[in-house]
Amino acid sequence: MALSDRVSAGYVCGVSSEPRVLLGDEAVALAALDSGVGAAYSYPGTPATEIFEYLEAHATDRGVVAHWCVNEKTAYEQALGVSMAGRRALVSMKHVGLNVAADPFVNSALVDITGGLVVAVADDPGMHSSQNEQDSRWLADFARILCLEPATQDEAYAMTREAFDLSERFHIPVVVRLVTRLCHGRALVHPTEPRSQNPLGRTSRAADWTLLPSASRRLWRGLLDLQDELRAFTEATPHNVFRPGDGGRLGVVTTGIARNYYQENLSDLAETPEHLHIGAYPIPSDALVLLAERVDRILVVEEGYPFVERALRGVLPHRWEIRGKEDGALPLDGELTPDTVRAALGLPPREEISFGGLELPARPPQLCRGCPHADAYDAIAAALATVDEPVVTADIGCYTLGALPPYEAIESCVCMGASVGMAKGASDAGLRPALAVIGDSTFLHSGVTPLMDAVAADTDMTLVILDNGTIAMTGLQPTVLPGSQLDSMVRGVGADPAHVHTMEMKPSRVEELAALVRKEIEHRGLSVIIVVRECIEAVKKRRRATGGAGR
Amino acid sequence: MKTDVVLAGVGGQGVLFLAAILAEAARRDGMVVKQGEVHGMAQRGGAVQADLRMATEPIESGLIPRGTAELILGLEPVEALRYLAYLAPGGTVVTSSSPLRNIPDYPSIGRVLDAIHEVPGSVVIDADAVARESGTVKAANVVMAGAASVVLPIDFGTLEECVREGLASKGAGIVESNVRALRSGRSAAAGR
Repeated sequence: MALSDRVSAGYVCGVSSEPRVLLGDEAVALAALDSGVGAAYSYPGTPATEIFEYLEAHATDRGVVAHWCVNEKTAYEQALGVSMAGRRALVSMKHVGLNVAADPFVNSALVDITGGLVVAVADDPGMHSSQNEQDSRWLADFARILCLEPATQDEAYAMTREAFDLSERFHIPVVVRLVTRLCHGRALVHPTEPRSQNPLGRTSRAADWTLLPSASRRLWRGLLDLQDELRAFTEATPHNVFRPGDGGRLGVVTTGIARNYYQENLSDLAETPEHLHIGAYPIPSDALVLLAERVDRILVVEEGYPFVERALRGVLPHRWEIRGKEDGALPLDGELTPDTVRAALGLPPREEISFGGLELPARPPQLCRGCPHADAYDAIAAALATVDEPVVTADIGCYTLGALPPYEAIESCVCMGASVGMAKGASDAGLRPALAVIGDSTFLHSGVTPLMDAVAADTDMTLVILDNGTIAMTGLQPTVLPGSQLDSMVRGVGADPAHVHTMEMKPSRVEELAALVRKEIEHRGLSVIIVVRECIEAVKKRRRATGGAGR
Repeated sequence: MKTDVVLAGVGGQGVLFLAAILAEAARRDGMVVKQGEVHGMAQRGGAVQADLRMATEPIESGLIPRGTAELILGLEPVEALRYLAYLAPGGTVVTSSSPLRNIPDYPSIGRVLDAIHEVPGSVVIDADAVARESGTVKAANVVMAGAASVVLPIDFGTLEECVREGLASKGAGIVESNVRALRSGRSAAAGR
């Protein structure tokens, strides 16, 4: 059903504006609903998943289209189409998802954004559930657009609402940058009056959306000319706020949730520093200069990369002593904590009790008991037991845990879909047998494109697709296409049908699967084995939903 | 007044539900609440920890600073020990004694419990047994909510109401066995 069919004109949601305790992710989603968002798109990824989940749960009541997408790029492009139609759109993703969506993201800064387009990106400093801790503020800066960075769940709500207005005011996408502790922290949020959805209506011209070089040069010039206006906004916005101190020579700059850790320690400082908090970018340089004029030393406290700190340091000599992540006052990697910020402020650590010193074992995450991936890894291990130097590339999902004992079955995990192209490259280089292991949703996300390369070259490699029917790691979200489509999809791109197998897996068939893998690694061309068995957590969830009934 | 609680357990034990009902009860009792947790990969049978801060004044940090927690609430004894550095002088440990041995190098349970008892006033409860007696072993987390209620500034009636509402969708039978678990957990802790 088209968006316009689902939304009656002037629709205002009836949800009350009562304060409520929400996750940061939920606050962003509620703000989008209250901002009259017409459609929302996402691909699951920790710590961003709950943004879309909350929004989707309320989508029908609010007349909002909400679709999980095949990946972040397709999600972004759908949001862009909604904006072109004059409606508001939210696209949410984790930080590395923005790499996948980088092409539409960077280019959409040039077009004439019509309906407000908000990009909620959740960074994962500390890498709780990610392969890196990249900082999305750099990508917003790279695209030369506005970025808002909330410090609290309440700010996440207010800033997301404002982001839609700013997007329409400046005709650019606006990033709301979140971090794990905000996404997955709960606190009181004060919603404000909901707003109607925009009526369907395009106001822009084709020339402002068609990035042919002649148009791009004009639009790029326009975006560059807009920078002064964006900076004027961030100099004036109350999100960037100066708080005078006791007149000492120390200045503190905080960004986002770093402010909370600073303020947690503030009452223990003998003298209150001059303080500039930054919650909106581009960096408000005039505000920083005003702070600097009052002090000799500046401590920069920010969650993520040293973004403001690097700008302040520059490369030319100056009279200020800059402290932060680049000089070791704070760690360059990992998350900030109230304790690391306390040390950077020069305060002694709080007294801790010590105890007998029993060495505690680590408890890493692991495959669930009854996980179908465990049987698949047992079969792969059995098949490769007699092979001298196999290479097994893998991908992102629960099955990445096959890297840990007792399996230790895989030897790479880089980014979504990389297993397929990397196995091809390893095989091209002469490392054989080459196996790639990828989950069903990751295959749909970014595995099918490199498979086409492998088909074209009939590469000597074996692709094992573990189809558990769900996106398990992030909490059992549905895959965009059912597993039943995988076999025809693989055949459809031209893989040799004699070497495409789909096998319904169960624990009793481990040896059978091992024999199949053994046979296919001997084939000097591309083989694809699709191993089908539902995720054990999905089975349990379904049983709970049907009141204990079995499959 | 401020009370910081570090909740510790293993993915699948219901740490996040426990944190949610305690947070909601504190909020209903008029306190300011901040609660932090970690989802995703961290939950898959691995160590799970949540921070719960409740206060009568505004709370800044979502993370509890080291050396400031009034309570470490453990659903698993090794996990409770992992966060002792967060305990304030005079703070206590309330934990389940039931070990979850999903790792090869789990230490001797006797040494683990001895280490917990080094913290003065610590309360150790066989939460699995109490939950089983209440009707469902799955309620071990709710047993520990009841045990924690002895030291937390939360009204027990409010807490019971939050358990009832939080589990309402699971049916009356599950609600009643969890309420029994909550009350038994409180009695077990109060009886020490």
